[in-house]
Amino acid sequence: MAAIRTKPDPQIYTFPGFGTDKFPNLMLRGAGDLDNWHLKVYEQKHEGYVALKAALKLEPVAVVEEMKTSGIRGRGGAGFPCGLKWSFMPKDTPERKFTRYLVCNGDEGEPGTFKDRAILEYNPHQLIEGMIIGGWAMQCKLGFVYIRGEFLWLIEKLEAALQQARDAGYLGKNILGTGWDYDILVYRGAGAYICGEETALLNSLEGRRGEPRVKPPFPAAKGAFGQPTTVNNVETLAAVPPILRMGGAEYAKLGTPKNTGTRIFGVSGHVKRPGLFELPLGTPMDFVVNELAGGSSTGKKIKAIIPGGASAPMFDEKDFDCPLDFDTVKARGSMAGSGGLICMDEDTCMVQATLRLIRFYAHESCGQCTPCREGCNWMEMVLYRIEHGEGRMEDLDLLAGLTPRIALRTLCPLGDAACGPMDSALQKFRHEFEHHITHKTCYAQGSRLLSAVGAH
Amino acid sequence: MNHPLPPETSNEPLAPGQRLPESERKEFSPEALAEIQALMVKFPDKLAATLPALHIAQREFGFVSLSAMKAVAKAIGIPEGHVFGVATFYTMYQKAPVGQFHLQVCTNISCALRGAAQLLEKVCEKTGVKPGQGPSADGMWSVEEVECLAGCGSGPCVQVNHDVYDEFVDEKKLLDVMEACKRGDYRPWAK
Repeated sequence: MAAIRTKPDPQIYTFPGFGTDKFPNLMLRGAGDLDNWHLKVYEQKHEGYVALKAALKLEPVAVVEEMKTSGIRGRGGAGFPCGLKWSFMPKDTPERKFTRYLVCNGDEGEPGTFKDRAILEYNPHQLIEGMIIGGWAMQCKLGFVYIRGEFLWLIEKLEAALQQARDAGYLGKNILGTGWDYDILVYRGAGAYICGEETALLNSLEGRRGEPRVKPPFPAAKGAFGQPTTVNNVETLAAVPPILRMGGAEYAKLGTPKNTGTRIFGVSGHVKRPGLFELPLGTPMDFVVNELAGGSSTGKKIKAIIPGGASAPMFDEKDFDCPLDFDTVKARGSMAGSGGLICMDEDTCMVQATLRLIRFYAHESCGQCTPCREGCNWMEMVLYRIEHGEGRMEDLDLLAGLTPRIALRTLCPLGDAACGPMDSALQKFRHEFEHHITHKTCYAQGSRLLSAVGAH
Repeated sequence: MNHPLPPETSNEPLAPGQRLPESERKEFSPEALAEIQALMVKFPDKLAATLPALHIAQREFGFVSLSAMKAVAKAIGIPEGHVFGVATFYTMYQKAPVGQFHLQVCTNISCALRGAAQLLEKVCEKTGVKPGQGPSADGMWSVEEVECLAGCGSGPCVQVNHDVYDEFVDEKKLLDVMEACKRGDYRPWAK
């Protein structure tokens, strides 16, 4: 089974000025070049495994300190400081020895997000190096990479890259003469969005249904296979080698003081140049959308942007200048999430767009908590009837009344994620919903977002 | 969570799995069994072999039938109920036969903004099958509507069996993909 891709993908990875001091290229080195994944290329062209050799000379605690200095926040969605997370792992005492695991979350399922895929496709060794350094910093026994089942060709590529690393002595027994044993295993998911949530991912990794667990105990106390575990996103772990190469303090100078470093923003939807752009945090959204992605592709003005993957509440025109960092986006009522910007032009019917998003959450709810399982389906049904011209004015109050009964009442944030788009669409584009109810047709005259043939 | 089982039509009570379509094969091949044995010791707990073993079952049996689930449970030595629960939770395990070429169209928001709904209709028109209706008469095609395939930037995208095709798929490119399938350029669904 040779599924390693032989044709470059059509994604855009670069822009004028990328790779200079202002826009450093730390995560997307060589993206677009199909031979870039080989160990040789990584070692020769991208300072491969330099950071690992340096890290293995340091005490594990010093590596965690370096991560804390860098100030990097998790790139998966919640933006939790990575160094702090690593320091939560219990240390061995004379009375008790722990078996610790490091898990990489590669279950990239958030609509509008396609960054992890680029890292796995072009820089798998950067992720592997990051995972080895993470394993050393927390003295882990094993690392797992949980990858969504659809990425079969990337799993085969990662397996090949891992074998190259084993052959070169970076993985396995007595790594580079330190006497430390560590290996990385790949685990393939099976198409459940909920497995992107860390405790659901751990359940899935153990061979169970991907249902989120009750927290506490947090994974750092009781995670995969009942042992202390840290779960990090692909992008966070891939940022570890550059951080150690340039030093935490230097990395902290990128971005803004509380939101350091660079991250990969994926721009999709109605733009001329959709693609992945690696930018320092705090870059204004209109610069990304208008300058880098080329602005609207349809000639119509862009009406709404979802700033952090489908789960983030939408922004309308007045927030388009928002700097893209975790704190500012949150202060403006949305979330930076996974860094996927979805742009919608004026002709997009927001009722259809919201229904499309809510249908996704209704389908992907794991069914464990009643508010999310029932609530998402209710929202879908009410929106469906508005969309099909059978809505009533009371439906809008019903929808507005449903979201506070779902959000924060579930074990995991999937319920909250469904409420984000619902609430913001209703607040910012209420006139479109009202138009749908009174006129029984769309306010916007764009092409349909929902197909006439059956849904799921 | 989508439920794979149709509503019960007869008055006779049936165990849930008995309403699932049955596969021709009932047992794993020796090679597959050896593969599962290796998985059981690869991970810290043998239960973790459930998901990969079901992927193997899908490859071997063509889809995850009740016999496939039972075979997985037997091979790993875990309760059949656990395997049934896992297999019906995840959408990538097909609980009914699929065509030789299983076309999965992403219709989520990013792709929808670029015409995924129209593409799905086109796929149904060209293949003559609707999502979730089983393979076409010649056994060649089946269609499924799926959520995000992480090709948002270059959508709409189609996944043919295990390979993602995500290059701004329009009608012409769709026909190219279908031609390539007929020529045998894509890996078939199962052995």
